[in-house]
Amino acid sequence: MSRARSPRAIAGTVLSYLVLGFFSLVFVYPFVIQAANSFKTEPDAAAHPLSPIPHPFTTAAFAQIFDSTEFPLWLANSVLVTLLVTAGRVFLDSLAGYALARLDFRGRGAVGALIVAVMAVPGVVLLIPKFLVLTGLGIYDTYAALVLPVLADAAGVFIMRQFFRSVPASIEEAARIDGAGTFRVFWSVVLPMARPALITLTILSFQSSWNEFPHTLVAVQEPRLYTLPRGVANLVTGSLGAGTQYPLKLGAALLATIPVAVIFFALQRYFVRGAAEGASKE
Amino acid sequence: MRAARRRSGTRGNEAAAGWLFTAPVLAILGLFLVLPIGMALWVSLTGWNGQGSPFASGVPFVGLSNYTDLFTQEGLARETFMVSIRNNLYYVAFAVPAQTALALALALVVNRRGLRGRSFFRTAFYFPSVTSSVAISVVFLFLFANSGAVNALLAYLGINGPAWFTDPRGLLHLALGGLGLVDPAHPPQALTSSGPFGLSWWEWLSGPSVAMATIIALAVWTTSGTFMLIYIAALQDIPVQVEEASLVDGANAWQRLVHVTLPMLRPATFLVVTLGLIGTWQVFDQIYVMSQGNPAGTTLTPAFLSYRTAFRDFEYGSGAAISFVLFLIIVVMTLVQHWIMRDRDEP
Repeated sequence: MSRARSPRAIAGTVLSYLVLGFFSLVFVYPFVIQAANSFKTEPDAAAHPLSPIPHPFTTAAFAQIFDSTEFPLWLANSVLVTLLVTAGRVFLDSLAGYALARLDFRGRGAVGALIVAVMAVPGVVLLIPKFLVLTGLGIYDTYAALVLPVLADAAGVFIMRQFFRSVPASIEEAARIDGAGTFRVFWSVVLPMARPALITLTILSFQSSWNEFPHTLVAVQEPRLYTLPRGVANLVTGSLGAGTQYPLKLGAALLATIPVAVIFFALQRYFVRGAAEGASKE
Repeated sequence: MRAARRRSGTRGNEAAAGWLFTAPVLAILGLFLVLPIGMALWVSLTGWNGQGSPFASGVPFVGLSNYTDLFTQEGLARETFMVSIRNNLYYVAFAVPAQTALALALALVVNRRGLRGRSFFRTAFYFPSVTSSVAISVVFLFLFANSGAVNALLAYLGINGPAWFTDPRGLLHLALGGLGLVDPAHPPQALTSSGPFGLSWWEWLSGPSVAMATIIALAVWTTSGTFMLIYIAALQDIPVQVEEASLVDGANAWQRLVHVTLPMLRPATFLVVTLGLIGTWQVFDQIYVMSQGNPAGTTLTPAFLSYRTAFRDFEYGSGAAISFVLFLIIVVMTLVQHWIMRDRDEP
């Protein structure tokens, strides 16, 4: 069924592309400016901030990032913390999600309700209390403080529970009849089937722990324990914060963005699914 | 359906496994989410200064005075807190409608039938939402710097851009002055002499400052993409027949939007607005990186003030009290959302 294109429809289409084109520019150009200006000299960045072409082109800012800041250390900390948190969340969240979806135990309803309730607690109001617990446990200013409190998250448990509910029961029963224990059924039968949900959870966990900032503020104080967001924030607000050094700051922020950007462009549909699941969790 | 599980032995086994499997998550959430709330509630009733344990016997118990200082006790604590509440109210009032409207507009256009490059546009709008808030704040610091991109753009248009991050003037004050209604340098006495909670009416009516406007712009820019996705999902759930029926009825595009599409998007709109409300009351990272509450306290928000009071001024009791008030505000927002959504779900 082909529709005759009226002049109005064509005008509407043209207008749509104009609107989308304008907003694409608004959403994308800041990143272009960021990348371009991190390859500029300071006077050039100040004189031509809008120009996408560095003149002259220089990698001095990046040399400075690696030579005169602790960037390599922050990067190493970020990689370590993100790996541990992501692995922990994927394993612990799916374990709990499986129990809540498939295992019969007294108190299951209460545990499920608690996890949903905890999901509604706003993170920002927990900064002081988290600090109190970390000092109480004597792990303030350690890697454990960066990792442990965020090792499991309620939203992840929820996503896994929703997925496991959709797995047909007959598959587990077959394995049980063959004599497999509960963990065995979970680990070698059901978990491999959960690949799409696991990928979504992995990506969400990676993204959120790579970008995590406020938690690191109250968990550690020592510069050697800074992760990338903390280090970059310090570059901006600290001694270098007085309005200059933009190529350096933009470059550091750019480097911190690249891993998430690469994963986002490679695995977009999982991000979209995560956004949808995160929104419909109620 | 559960015949195999009902065999003797497997049930007890399952109960143990159920608790074992949920134990690590429960331990972590309990230790770092539930227990801390109780501890902070205690601290908010004390004058603990961060030295030693907040539960030691030497810590002064002050009862509700950390709370009354914020609301009824005249003084700096209340003034600063009320300024932060005012700032955040304006932040919410500007950011939430703007990000909701933009998200809806983008979703409607991206969802147009026969549009090419749909996934490109969707990606372009969503990408800022997944990046680090700290990194994005650095980019906005540069965009709005005195010699930054925004002022360069304004210069092309012959406009002399402001020094964004050091300009504490309120937008409403500027608008009133621009219209010639009030001289911002000499506001009428009726407005400056009194007002609720220790701030004058004139101060309450400032609007967001120029500096805050940049942070609002950042919020709209980073969240519209996520909300657009929610709208796109909702648009795709609208049955084709509904649109066809309205076409048969002879409705034009605008009538279809107002009388058919928007009413059907209502649940999505409620979701977007309440998620927006919850998010905007928690703004922290951007404030920390971009302004630290400056200039003249016009970008101070309760979340940042709570952090600053505790970790910079070492008044943990007062900081905890601020975070509980904020907690209450956000819980009310969440409850309103649940209440409205539940109402909507029923036929």
